[in-house]
Amino acid sequence: MSIRSQILLAAGSVAAMLALAPAYAQETVKIGLILPMTGGQASTGKQIDNAVKLYMQQNGDTVAGKKIEVILKDDGAVPDNTKRLAQELIVNEKVNFIAGFGVTPAALAAAPLATQAKIPEIVMAAGTSIITERSPYIVRTSFTLAQSCTIIGDWAAKNGIKKVATLTSDYAPGNDALNFFKQNFTAGGGEIVEEVKVPLQNPDFAPFLQRMKDSKPDAVFVFVPAGQGGSFMKQYAERGLDKAGIKVIGPGDVMDDDLLNGMGDAALGTVTAHLYSAAHPSAANKEFVAAYKKAFGQRPGFMAVGGYDGIRLIYEALKKTGGKTDGDALIAAMKGAKWESPRGPIMIDPETRDIVQNIYIRKVEKVDGELYNVEFATFEAVKDSGKTKK
Amino acid sequence: MTTLFTILFDGVAYGMLLFVLACGLAVTLGLMNFVNLAHGAFAMTGGYICAVLVNSSGWPFFAALPLAFVTAALIGVALERTLYRHLYTRSHLDQVLFTIGLTFMSVAAVDYIMGSSRIFIKLPAALEGQFDFFGVGIGRYRLMIIVICGLLTVALQLILAKTRFGSRLRAAVDDPRAASGLGINVPQVFAFTFAFGCGLAGLGGALSAEILGLDPYFPLKFMIYFLIVVTVGGSSSITGPFLASLLLGIGDVAGKYYVPKMGPFVIYTIMIVILIWRPNGLFGRAAAR
Repeated sequence: MSIRSQILLAAGSVAAMLALAPAYAQETVKIGLILPMTGGQASTGKQIDNAVKLYMQQNGDTVAGKKIEVILKDDGAVPDNTKRLAQELIVNEKVNFIAGFGVTPAALAAAPLATQAKIPEIVMAAGTSIITERSPYIVRTSFTLAQSCTIIGDWAAKNGIKKVATLTSDYAPGNDALNFFKQNFTAGGGEIVEEVKVPLQNPDFAPFLQRMKDSKPDAVFVFVPAGQGGSFMKQYAERGLDKAGIKVIGPGDVMDDDLLNGMGDAALGTVTAHLYSAAHPSAANKEFVAAYKKAFGQRPGFMAVGGYDGIRLIYEALKKTGGKTDGDALIAAMKGAKWESPRGPIMIDPETRDIVQNIYIRKVEKVDGELYNVEFATFEAVKDSGKTKK
Repeated sequence: MTTLFTILFDGVAYGMLLFVLACGLAVTLGLMNFVNLAHGAFAMTGGYICAVLVNSSGWPFFAALPLAFVTAALIGVALERTLYRHLYTRSHLDQVLFTIGLTFMSVAAVDYIMGSSRIFIKLPAALEGQFDFFGVGIGRYRLMIIVICGLLTVALQLILAKTRFGSRLRAAVDDPRAASGLGINVPQVFAFTFAFGCGLAGLGGALSAEILGLDPYFPLKFMIYFLIVVTVGGSSSITGPFLASLLLGIGDVAGKYYVPKMGPFVIYTIMIVILIWRPNGLFGRAAAR
């Protein structure tokens, strides 16, 4: 590290400390929303940005006498950018919250800044378990992979699926998904007959799928990044795995609502476990879906719900503190918060600051000519099981 | 045993696809001595044109394919006349910088217009699924790719070797000054060749959407594969890249099937071994320039 960058760093930390001083009676509360608005993760960013806008339209932009101002920054899902933008937002804009974070590395990059500046970091998308352990100021409103993967593992073992071949992308979330699934599925008496990790930049699934087919499993457990799910399903059908009676199971990320229709009928019958489906049959969700469709002309996915609940959590916390923006008070107000989200009842775990929510088992079906994940079983109040054992 | 044939079949289809995508690059690089890293952008253009025509305007898939070719070729010729031709005489570094910049611009533009999520082309039902041929699973779509690409390869080879245009092109490449002295309109020949290469890429892009997936990052993601094909095949003919594509396609598919853990590296290993053995590629002319 050069002397110049050391000075810069020192200056940055001093500035960050100054920014903390909560003594100013602010009239506006600023939220720095850092999202991938460009790049491969852009659909995540757009959904969350939309949902935040929608919530603010519906509920006004004033809470507890304070005006809410959202400053949107695009990090393109590159952690270096996230860190720089978070620092700029905290030091220059003096934001009271940082929020968003499309991918795990981005959420982790901002964690030390949240700790240093003592301001809440609301994670609205990224799903690796360790995130909330990296700073006492992190609260998550999305999900963890462990939640959906352990549940689908349990469900598969109990529902006549004995042999499973796994196909997961070779990166941290993929490995997480695989391990959590394997742990619960094998504990339930299931057997993994084939385990394939595909490269993240994978052009063609053909050889891997052929291998899956030849190992003759009851089901294929799949986790690939959003966007590749469509390619996977198409080639799965092309290769005739569906006709060979091999089911597809997995965490619901693969069957994201905003991609589902593009996958075509190949996706029919896929069983996934996830926190949200646009077809969730509750009044709160119907209202949410209708409002979202009206405003943005498309269906909300689980990322939108993470953003919607994230901004709601900020509003609720400000109401509780009476508009005070002290970071510790806000975090205390968020702990244990409970409400009815479009996805169903949710709560912020007071111990881990992570989300506790229902996980639904859903099957892809055709409803009014469109594909939807239709929920048919519910596991209630699922906590994240992926936290470090203490 | 039947699995072996299925793997071989998939590998050939994948290789053919790589060839159609990359042979335009072999032409510009080998015949015109121009480094065009924006090649993938033309492939992406073709893919998106086809997707828009089929999905939104309801064109039949087979009618949209030629249009993907034509549009990519027209854009190619427009860019060649306005931008590329000024760079023919510049150093390779300038060409690389220029074309990589063009690639980034195309990525941003498509992201802006079409959105960043991956799109698919709605295929006719006749092309979906697999059929059984003496126990060997044959994918209909992949079979179509092999047929189309095989015909194209034969046609290309004939044009280059037998027609007057082919001999003009070869003359223009070997010695542009002497060729123009003989009355060959060298810029025109180059423009036409360049456009044709772009058109092939556009067609390849449209064909590959189903197998490789189509999103705005296509030109960057597959640039490395195009370059491997051209380096391994050598850029002095089209037989070289053709055989290289097949080798890489089969190697990649078989590697991923038989040794999935090492799968992604097989293609690179093949490349390294071949380049150590023949530094100018399989069919490269030793230090032609």
